[in-house]
Amino acid sequence: MLIFEHSRSGRRARAQAPATHDELSGIPAHLLRQQPPRLPEVSEMQAVRHYTRLSQKNFSIDTQFYPLGSCTMKYNPRACNSLAMLPGLLGRHPLAPETHSQGFMSAMHELQEILKEVTGMSAVSLAPMAGAQGEFAGIAMIRAYHDARGDRQRTEVLVPDAAHGTNPATAVMCGYKAREIPTKSDGDVDMEALKAALGPQTAGIMLTNPSTLGVFERRIEEIARLVHEAGGLLYYDGANLNAILGRVRPGDMGFDVIHMNLHKTFSTPHGGGGPGAGPVGVSKRLQPFLPIPVVGTDGDQFHWLEEEQLPQSIGRLSAFAGNAGVLLRAYVYAKMLGGEGMQRVADYSTLNANYMLKKLMEAGFEAAYPERRATHEFIITLKREAKELGVNAMDFAKRLLDHGMHAPTTYFPLLVPECFLIEPTETEAKESLDAFIEAMITIREEARQDAEKVKGAPYSLPVRRLDDVKAARELDLRWQPEKTEA
Amino acid sequence: MPFIPHTEEETREMLDAIGADSIDELFDEIPHNLRCGDLATLGPGLWEQEISQLMQEKARSDGQPLCFIGAGAYDHHVPAAVWQLATRGEFYTAYTPYQAEASQGTLQLLYEYQSMMTELMAMEVSNASLYDGASALAEAVLMAVRAHRKSKSRRILLPRSLHPHYRATVHTLVKNQGIELVELAYDGSTGQIDQNDLEKYRNEDFAALVIPQPNFFGVLEDTDWLTGWSHDNGMLAIGVVNPLLMSILAPPGTWAETGVDIACGDGQPLGAPLSSGGPYFGFMCCTQKLVRQMPGRIIGRTVDLDGKQGFALTLQAREQHIRRSKATSNICTNQGLMVTAATIHMSLMGADGLARVARKCHRNLNLLKEKLTALGEIEPLFSGPAFHETVLRLPLEAKRVLRTLAAHNVLGGYDLSRHYPELGDNALLVCATENRSAQDMDKYRLKMEQVLASRRQGACATMAKFD
Repeated sequence: MLIFEHSRSGRRARAQAPATHDELSGIPAHLLRQQPPRLPEVSEMQAVRHYTRLSQKNFSIDTQFYPLGSCTMKYNPRACNSLAMLPGLLGRHPLAPETHSQGFMSAMHELQEILKEVTGMSAVSLAPMAGAQGEFAGIAMIRAYHDARGDRQRTEVLVPDAAHGTNPATAVMCGYKAREIPTKSDGDVDMEALKAALGPQTAGIMLTNPSTLGVFERRIEEIARLVHEAGGLLYYDGANLNAILGRVRPGDMGFDVIHMNLHKTFSTPHGGGGPGAGPVGVSKRLQPFLPIPVVGTDGDQFHWLEEEQLPQSIGRLSAFAGNAGVLLRAYVYAKMLGGEGMQRVADYSTLNANYMLKKLMEAGFEAAYPERRATHEFIITLKREAKELGVNAMDFAKRLLDHGMHAPTTYFPLLVPECFLIEPTETEAKESLDAFIEAMITIREEARQDAEKVKGAPYSLPVRRLDDVKAARELDLRWQPEKTEA
Repeated sequence: MPFIPHTEEETREMLDAIGADSIDELFDEIPHNLRCGDLATLGPGLWEQEISQLMQEKARSDGQPLCFIGAGAYDHHVPAAVWQLATRGEFYTAYTPYQAEASQGTLQLLYEYQSMMTELMAMEVSNASLYDGASALAEAVLMAVRAHRKSKSRRILLPRSLHPHYRATVHTLVKNQGIELVELAYDGSTGQIDQNDLEKYRNEDFAALVIPQPNFFGVLEDTDWLTGWSHDNGMLAIGVVNPLLMSILAPPGTWAETGVDIACGDGQPLGAPLSSGGPYFGFMCCTQKLVRQMPGRIIGRTVDLDGKQGFALTLQAREQHIRRSKATSNICTNQGLMVTAATIHMSLMGADGLARVARKCHRNLNLLKEKLTALGEIEPLFSGPAFHETVLRLPLEAKRVLRTLAAHNVLGGYDLSRHYPELGDNALLVCATENRSAQDMDKYRLKMEQVLASRRQGACATMAKFD
């Protein structure tokens, strides 16, 4: 039932709006609204009950194991939320003067310093509002760098075929052509193809390391050398930073610019699809191009660095200073971990992933890269199950939901058929991992007995499989009472 | 070990299962020379009590001043239920609803959100959100260029009276795609878009005209005329509006009867606290005709195998995870939780509640204006109709006045001299929402009176202890 269907015309049970109905003055009649919008007319209790019930139709980290590969669905500590929502922080206007912002700005400055330290970069801007905007900022800085040198022949950005879809889409938004580089069967970049693609037209390369294939790119130093020799720069997609926190730093690998997904590695909530935060870190040569604003300090006081202080900046990415509330949560998380805690994140997320990989292989599931170590995630391919039992990765995924677990990422990366990208994260206890492995074995057994049963899953959720074709062909994107009634 | 549940015994067991001696061994594919040392410089982790104390100190040091700044972020009352519900773990810790069957709560809520936004804007289609108002406008500009098939023009008319940070953001986000932003002047007496300047571009090839309502000065534009003008001249019309005020003002879908082609803006006034500028959310609505050019997630209603109603992400062929380099945008994660709050906010307020808040804001601005202009040396700068924000001309530098007021814990508004040097040093943008009481405004008036008096006595410096 939609909230609109709880609505009754004339119901006004609100404590949330002023009792007065103040007069408007001096506004020409033709600028006023004629018909009020048909928003719900419900009591506070009806709204609370409706949205509480809706929430109960979600899987979430707080209620289920959520091993969604590449998304780092780790536990989101409650303290991060309550401390970011202290009235003084919540009520600060983005344009408040620096005299009334030192507390907030000191936290942001320290977060910049922490992120510099853990990534090995020279400077950080917290401005980007999500990973994809961080990517945009990174490639825009690479472009600004080449442009500032008068090097305008560079038109291509290299992207491995395993990359997230945001990578090629970002290259295009920055006015570049995205050129794909194939991956070899061991999961590393095809060096011969890379060499052939590099040239005076190369602006840079976008790499995720560990890659989306769940393995560490072993020849990263050679890649960095080759790309730099060709005059290109290296962009690091920080989606998988969780795997290497405190173990190896993108700056030390030779990357010139990186973005971090704070909603992954730094445990800010995913919120049903955002808000995220995608700070960028850069090497010395890209420092002048950082997106604004950045927090600077003269030791005692903190101040904003804007276009006046960073005249070569790629510019603003949002109306104010990015997703400040998300940044505060990440700051609290980082302070609670400390240096030692950071390294433990990489250690235990890697331990969990390697344990699951080993156990699944022992149970007869096929690893996409059996000779490789898992990083904080790994891929299994269900192509044999699909062929022999007629039950594919999607069927396994839907049946896992009936076992009370969120499915791993399915059918990504695109180059592994019938794949599951599995990322348990460090916050899951061994018993959750064992339960997942058990569920996989049970589902495969069930598929042997009754494949149709698995193909019909899920059975225990608010809805069964949805008709996506109908959703796209007969677009119904909003409530329209006149249509329902007709 | 915060948040990591492993006992020593379990760690041992797991390593044995893997066949590794130590956790170190699991990193043996990383070249040795690349390994970093420990991160000791970051210091030890803090326990919850220590970090609580630290954050409370920081929050306290910012002082919770009395705020009369608007300029794109507005201090509204947010009903208690909004964030209590939005921070329920099932909303707060879920992700993008890729597994629709396990995400019906978020999906249905987003469908309801789309329905409410299309009602509020009187438009046909809404997406499920973008990052913020400024970046949403950049996406609208890119969308207009894609949709303007007739001429393939890459030029956009952008008024100078639009929020300067929005103009800057649009520039950052579209400049690398060869799109040209042409600045449109405002009328120095009314504060509205200068129609004579606009006429210069009659019959010229532009993809779109951007129409703010209200504009950055708080002045209402003649939206019917501007929308009609853009369509008469073969351009798309993009409305950038404050969603709260659309409960009172003519919504973009009704401008010039045809309505605009794309409406966007910042959803902050619908349940997002000021929070230093974010997270807020960007909204975007468009005509049915343009739906396939829309960036971002869109939710559709459909049925399941049993014919039961359900909700799913739809039209995904526009998006980066499917189309890669040919996607309408690179956006992936958007502002789901902020939209969750906004949907609950709109349900609790209803159309009547939103309208009452908007009216109270309007009333408060008029009260504040009366109190300040009664001091005799302050007057409104523009003659155009204002809604809940307006520009005042002070008898001395706005920067100086603001500094002095701030020393008394009053944030008196936004100094326009940096972005609008042509207005001189004395122009101040002020805002009074429903959260400012009559006493708050009296305090503002009193402090302003003291500033003006001490200037007359040539003693401004004695009052401004932070000067």
